[in-house]
Amino acid sequence: MPAPIRLRELIRTIRTARTQAEEREMIQKECAAIRSSFREEDNTYRCRNVAKLLYMHMLGYPAHFGQLECLKLIASQKFTDKRIGYLGAMLLLDERQDVHLLMTNCIKNDLNHSTQYVQGLALCTLGCMGSSEMCRDLAGEVEKLLKTSNSYLRKKAALCAVHVIRKVPELMEMFLPATKNLLSEKNHGVLHTSVVLLTEMCERSPDMLAHFRKNEKLVPQLVRILKNLIMSGYSPEHDVSGISDPFLQVRILRLLRILGKSDDDSSEAMNDILAQVATNTETSKNVGNAILYETVLTIMDIKSESGLRVLAINILGRFLLNNDKNIRYVALTSLLKTVQTDHNAVQRHRSTIVDCLKDLDVSIKRRAMELSFALVNGNNIRGMMKELLYFLDSCDPEFKADCASGVFLAAEKYAPSKRWHIDTIMRVLTTAGSYVRDDSVPNLIQLITNSVEMHAYTVQRLYKALLDDISQQPLVQVASWCIGEYGDLLVSGQCEEEEPIQVTEDEVLDVLEGLLVSNLSTPVTRGYSLTAIMKLSTRFSSVNRIKKVVSIYGSSIDVELQQRAVEYNALFKKYDHMRPALLERMPIMEKTATNGPTEIVQTNGETEPSVVEPKHPPPVTQPANQANDLLDLLGGNDVVPVIQTTLPTKPASAGGELLDLLGDLSLSGIPPMIAYNKNGLKIDFTFERANPNPNIAVITIHASNTTEADMTDFVFQAAVPKTFQLQLLSPSSNVVPALNQGTVTQVIRVLNPQKQQLRMRIKLTYTHKGSPVQDLAEVNNFPPQSWQ
Amino acid sequence: MQFMLLFSRQGKLRLQKWYVPLSDKERKKISRDLVQTILARKPKMCSFLEWRDLKIVYKRYASLYFCCAVEDQDNELITLEIIHRYVELLDKYFGSVCELDIIFNFEKAYFILDEFLLGGEAQETSKKNVLKAIEQADLLQEVHTHIFSTTLIFLKKKYNPGPL
Repeated sequence: MPAPIRLRELIRTIRTARTQAEEREMIQKECAAIRSSFREEDNTYRCRNVAKLLYMHMLGYPAHFGQLECLKLIASQKFTDKRIGYLGAMLLLDERQDVHLLMTNCIKNDLNHSTQYVQGLALCTLGCMGSSEMCRDLAGEVEKLLKTSNSYLRKKAALCAVHVIRKVPELMEMFLPATKNLLSEKNHGVLHTSVVLLTEMCERSPDMLAHFRKNEKLVPQLVRILKNLIMSGYSPEHDVSGISDPFLQVRILRLLRILGKSDDDSSEAMNDILAQVATNTETSKNVGNAILYETVLTIMDIKSESGLRVLAINILGRFLLNNDKNIRYVALTSLLKTVQTDHNAVQRHRSTIVDCLKDLDVSIKRRAMELSFALVNGNNIRGMMKELLYFLDSCDPEFKADCASGVFLAAEKYAPSKRWHIDTIMRVLTTAGSYVRDDSVPNLIQLITNSVEMHAYTVQRLYKALLDDISQQPLVQVASWCIGEYGDLLVSGQCEEEEPIQVTEDEVLDVLEGLLVSNLSTPVTRGYSLTAIMKLSTRFSSVNRIKKVVSIYGSSIDVELQQRAVEYNALFKKYDHMRPALLERMPIMEKTATNGPTEIVQTNGETEPSVVEPKHPPPVTQPANQANDLLDLLGGNDVVPVIQTTLPTKPASAGGELLDLLGDLSLSGIPPMIAYNKNGLKIDFTFERANPNPNIAVITIHASNTTEADMTDFVFQAAVPKTFQLQLLSPSSNVVPALNQGTVTQVIRVLNPQKQQLRMRIKLTYTHKGSPVQDLAEVNNFPPQSWQ
Repeated sequence: MQFMLLFSRQGKLRLQKWYVPLSDKERKKISRDLVQTILARKPKMCSFLEWRDLKIVYKRYASLYFCCAVEDQDNELITLEIIHRYVELLDKYFGSVCELDIIFNFEKAYFILDEFLLGGEAQETSKKNVLKAIEQADLLQEVHTHIFSTTLIFLKKKYNPGPL
């Protein structure tokens, strides 16, 4: 069997391959040769074969069949074998495979080898990829090596211990004694790795941290080492551009940060050295700035004096002006962290930060943007917003959504005037309209309704924006909603803030109809515009045109649109008397944090007021004690008092609710019932299911009066068992006319999530022929379909 | 440090050192995605980026990209120094290193890295000491019987065929 080809030879050969296929062929041939060589248990060339395998693995080819061979190499006595074997283990094995555990014994032996370089290999492999089981088994050996006087091994053992602690935190205690005199070493390698070890211990365990803080020698020791590094003259071995061992300096600063955090004593002990490092370090090269950066981070985290903090922020300010973009990036990141705590100091650098918005680098731009938003306040809002809007115009799409949200938030908090606020919103919608988040549409609508005096101006501007561009959906949605609401202001030319435009009703309807047919409009947008058109039927005079549009969409393929159109049609035909009330101007919405969006979701994108000032006063004032009386009278604690709410006049909304209001009997299929019939007063209950929630039963009471006298001040109250919830809407009137000349209707909504049998207690009060009448009754004859 | 990758401008991997446990498949995916991302960056951009939930520090030396993934608390600027130190070590060892040296002697590049970093942290901050350790370890390598075996020690290391 000829000797397997050499590694370099193979590499040279593979590199001559001109195509991927050619390369694959060579690799496959070589793999076959290697496999047969492995099968023959060839000790001499195993090392060479595994090395070749590792090369092929790096090119992306499978090499798992070499895993066991790596283990054999590790077990060999030859140094070369071990070197390649350990390398192979680190590249091919990972701790998820059981195979790696076979290494444990070899590593154990090698940790005790007579040659330090073999010990080094073992420590390196364990510290790089040792699994928890291996770490548990070998921690003792590592700990032993941590105490050796051989600095070559000691430094490796320290980092190996770091890995062990990361894998098996419970073993941390075991390394504690060995750390006692680690810092008295002269060898920088040992010092560096010891500081890393101490850092790891302090970061992981508050107990350890407390222990090291209490150790009065530790902080002074670290300070002394750091001082020596700064003050000592040129040391060629550790010099980097005139700075002595920057790696060690940085690690010490980081450990000091952890020790000094929220600890007054430690912080005080390190104040001086921090000031010294901050002022003496050379800033011309990256290495000096690296140390300054770490110093700043430490100063900001510990309990430093205010003078020191100002020094730190100023360093960051200088970083911002540095030509090196890496330094600017780092400065912005740090400023972002400190802007909350040292707001005023950071404000001083605001203009530099804003300039960074124009930087070419994406990461710098992002940080500058975040920082700018953090710095916006009542004083600088106008100037900052100008810059930020300019940024919004020109930035990459990935920023637009966040920037738009940020602008909205800032505008809401600090807007100097309503007009400015609306203008800012308009600017965002027109420049970044398609990137605006979905929930900003209802938020904006709510904002607009609140700025009553700006309605005319707002709708005019939105209308003009629509004429320009109908592709940005959020803009279109807000605009159509506003036109629907305030279209009358638009055509009457009432705008005070700017020159009112001349626009006719037909032109407005043209625009809205255009949205309906446009390919650019999403279904949600179409819904908005159809509703807007409908609302205009009470504000415009061209009702016929609107009726036509609405009836066309009654046969739309889009189910949502169809449903709306059908209901609006019904509104024109059967319920025209209710149309003005339903489509009245929306009241000012209160901002509800949680209710708002969820309601919107249920009603398909339309905004619904959740809690609204009543449009008309409640028919009968219901003081709380009346409800309590009901409770007392009924005596049980399984009764829930009535919640009497007033129904605001809702504009045309999702189909289900409309049906509730209209109380169409035939739609539910549940037979009506007589709930009460006494002394000439008859109360019928009619039912339907609320759409979309099937657990809500909607009951309409019809109170009629067979006597010759009217029943005035009529009040109907109801109570249900605890498992139900009840909502009583306002009655149609509080006079039940005599001789069945009319009925009083009132809607009750009962939520019955547990689908229990519906029971109700009712209380009736009215005045009849001058005397007050009061009666209580139980209603138990609900048809099963009403609650099942 | 979580991992270090060296790759060429065509996206070919020249060295991959992983300090966190990941399967081969995961490693391949990360390498592929990250290499694409970095190669897509323009020369004027800064050396740091956020990628997934990692901080990436990278620098280009001639035709090779050196790329490290570090943790949140790590100092990016000193990581650049670490990368630079590694390049200096390679340069000293190979004598004016170029990409070909690393291709043909990849195992040596790993050995040098393993004398400089352990578990993702620097174990030795003196250039001299790292190189000394490598030299000594190289001497321990058993050399195949070769008529030039004794003279090999005096030749530049890159020409030492060794047992491989």
